[in-house]
Amino acid sequence: MSEATPARPSPEELDAFRTEVRAWLKDNKPEPPDFQLPDSFMEVGTPEQFEYLRAWQHKVYEAGYIGLTWPKEYGGGGLHGLYQGVVNREMGAANVPFMVNIIGLMWAGPVILQLGTHAQKQRYIQKILSAEEIWCQGFSEPGNGSDLGNAQTTAVRDGDEWVLNGTKIWTSLGTEAKHMILLARTDPGAPSKYKGLTFFLAPVDIPGVHKTPIQKMTGEYGFNETRFEDARIPGDSILGREGEGWSVAMATLMFERGAAEGQAGGLSMVPLRVDDVVQLARECKRDGRPAIEDPEVRAELVRFVMEERALGLCQVRQRIPGLVTERPHAIMMMNKLVGTEFRRRLARFAISLQGANGVLYMGDPDAPDGGHWQRNYMNAFSATIGGGTSQIQKNILGERVLGLAKSY
Amino acid sequence: MADIELSEEQGMLANSAGDFLQKHSSFEAVRQRLASDSGHDAAMWKEMAALGWLGVALPEQHGGADMPVGALVSLAEPMGRHLFASPFLATTLAGRMLAVGGSEAQQARWLPGIASGETIATVALTEPDGSWELGAPQLRAERRGGGYALRGSKTFVLDAAVADLVLISAELEGVPAVFAVERAALPDGALRREVLIDEARRGYRLDVDDFEVGADSRLDGDAPAALDHAYRLGALLVAAEMVGGTEGVMDLTLEYLRTRVQFGRLIGSYQALKHPMVDIMVVQEQARSLLHHAATIFERDAGLAEVALRMAKAMAGDCYTHAADRAIQFHGGTGFTYECHAQLFFRRAQFCEYSFGDSRHHRRRLEPLLLEEGCVWESAHRLVPGGLPGG
Ligand SMILES: Cc1cc2nc3c(=O)[nH]c(=O)nc-3n(C[C@H](O)[C@H](O)[C@H](O)COP(=O)(O)OP(=O)(O)OC[C@H]3O[C@@H](n4cnc5c(N)ncnc54)[C@H](O)[C@@H]3O)c2cc1C
Repeated sequence: MSEATPARPSPEELDAFRTEVRAWLKDNKPEPPDFQLPDSFMEVGTPEQFEYLRAWQHKVYEAGYIGLTWPKEYGGGGLHGLYQGVVNREMGAANVPFMVNIIGLMWAGPVILQLGTHAQKQRYIQKILSAEEIWCQGFSEPGNGSDLGNAQTTAVRDGDEWVLNGTKIWTSLGTEAKHMILLARTDPGAPSKYKGLTFFLAPVDIPGVHKTPIQKMTGEYGFNETRFEDARIPGDSILGREGEGWSVAMATLMFERGAAEGQAGGLSMVPLRVDDVVQLARECKRDGRPAIEDPEVRAELVRFVMEERALGLCQVRQRIPGLVTERPHAIMMMNKLVGTEFRRRLARFAISLQGANGVLYMGDPDAPDGGHWQRNYMNAFSATIGGGTSQIQKNILGERVLGLAKSY
Repeated sequence: MADIELSEEQGMLANSAGDFLQKHSSFEAVRQRLASDSGHDAAMWKEMAALGWLGVALPEQHGGADMPVGALVSLAEPMGRHLFASPFLATTLAGRMLAVGGSEAQQARWLPGIASGETIATVALTEPDGSWELGAPQLRAERRGGGYALRGSKTFVLDAAVADLVLISAELEGVPAVFAVERAALPDGALRREVLIDEARRGYRLDVDDFEVGADSRLDGDAPAALDHAYRLGALLVAAEMVGGTEGVMDLTLEYLRTRVQFGRLIGSYQALKHPMVDIMVVQEQARSLLHHAATIFERDAGLAEVALRMAKAMAGDCYTHAADRAIQFHGGTGFTYECHAQLFFRRAQFCEYSFGDSRHHRRRLEPLLLEEGCVWESAHRLVPGGLPGG
């Protein structure tokens, strides 16, 4: 982002801004719908869920509360990151819905801003913020998931166009999306599998793109198989350069995993807090007694509170250069792994507080918290698998941060 | 105020400590020192004093630098990393106890010598029952003549053999008291060197029976506050030592994983070794964040400072003992030898874990602090509208 660094606000300016945001959220928090909302953008399974969430993002955009750090000329706020931080925290505290166009806001948009041409930024950025155009991601294939560099979907140049063939899978928001960030093979004869890849900004509401919804373990929908059969996209759809798709994909994943900054902001999923689990432990009974009286429950709760606090403090320490000299990027690089695994373990633990009633699921009138935790535990795997599995994250951390030899 | 702060002064302290210890606390130096009788290097102590390390958190009018107590972490962390052992911990605890619980006259008598390095001091607070609670000592003091007579036992009196001054906690007429006693005045045979798992450290058992001390040896200030301060500062400094130690043992293990080859490959490429190292790193990052938070708010907000401190000691303890345990295993047969430096960290980790409350001790005490309805933690972190922690 080429603009001059925006000025750092004074504490008074931030306080005033916080007051404004808080008031706005109070007045504009949407009424809860009469249907169940999803836990994250990866579980948007019905048109009514989608429209509700899209309307909310649009409202937030119009109020100017996302993309605060993005350049003004493309529809952003051109402000210092502290402003967006205030909004994010206030949204978390106010328990408002999350943003729906997450792929656009959190990684497609940032990577376009980082590597795109002026024309591409003009074309795409503002509509990402307003949720007018939804983005999806075409990285994984049935045969190539963790081994993303082995992607086999092909793009062949034909005159002014590229012709796509192949199958992408687990396409979140695939049904609603207008565009896809797509990794495809343009040079099957390249000396290494990584060198033959190119990164596209591809329309997916065009002939030759077939979308098939896939049902999730929870019974809900939210991701697709996306099949390309001679789908023709414009010749200027490349982000970065032909044959350099791998490095663009890596830059994208840095944003996706929270290892690089530049996201538009807003909530990306329903926050899961240890507080809520402490409260649940007070309300639930195990063997006739409040769960919070169980010594093992207490011991585990303490560990969860400690871990949540420590992870929060890591984000503070990360910004103090004198306290991260050993591994300057470790905290950023580990955010994805620790955040998603923490959420999974916490949701599992929350079910265990419910004793015999822990087996009741969403839809049963007696289910504690409406079966929310049971669904939450299942959905937690979307983040420990999607975006690069936890095992792959450990490989990356071991190799890039700890300097150990590559695993295959 | 921020949750974690590092002043410029503190950063400089950390850098100078890193440089100094790099030079004076190589593995070879550590091994040489641990084989000596006193474990103490007087020349080096002088250098430490010259760097101002012994008066960091002592009052200016008594020769100290009057920095925040939390700044001591910037010294203790690199000490742990370099396996350094010296009377620093013992002397610092004694100095701070005097600063909290000594009268002006007692401070004027002892603190300048401590701050200048002239006086090595130590504390005799734990007792043979092994309790970490320091607030209810059982060693008995009774009034005798114009002074007092002490009877009872203390354990883990660090560096007592080279100390000039010993602070002894006791029960006097049902309340805790602290006595500042010259080591030279102790009866013959009162000190017995303990055999500690950490061979670089020196601990002594103290047994006294009708040991008479003068009236002016009793600290005139708030003895319970001084004991509480020792408990908390001990935990903070040992937590810092553990965070530093984890860093050191990680380095040692990673170096081996980067060079040792088996089955034709560097062993670091095996995920059975790589992933546990990542798990250790991830907890270490958290422990370090908790530590510097605890240091930052150590003197700020009593209730929250206690929470932060217990979290830091508990997580640092879990992390260091585990990292040291894995260090042995990941070195294979070499790891089982006396010659391999992994054992130095391993023994230090065990020693630190059981000093000033082990992880379980602190987690237990966190339960009411975190889970009771209406606890300080809850009002600070849960009920503040919009106030998620960490911002
Ligand atoms: C809810 C959800 C939403 C998703 N959304 C999208 C999306 O929008 N767009 C998209 O492109 N993709 C998406 N994905 C796909 C996701 O990125 C892949 O599932 C993931 O990268 C893993 O690939 P895979 O499923 O092929 O599993 P595999 O790669 O076959 O992995 C199987 C198991 O082997 C382990 N494994 C594999 N390689 C190694 C190794 N080298 N070392 C150690 N362990 C290894 C994995 O950790 C895993 O446990 C989504 C996934 C989920 C669950």
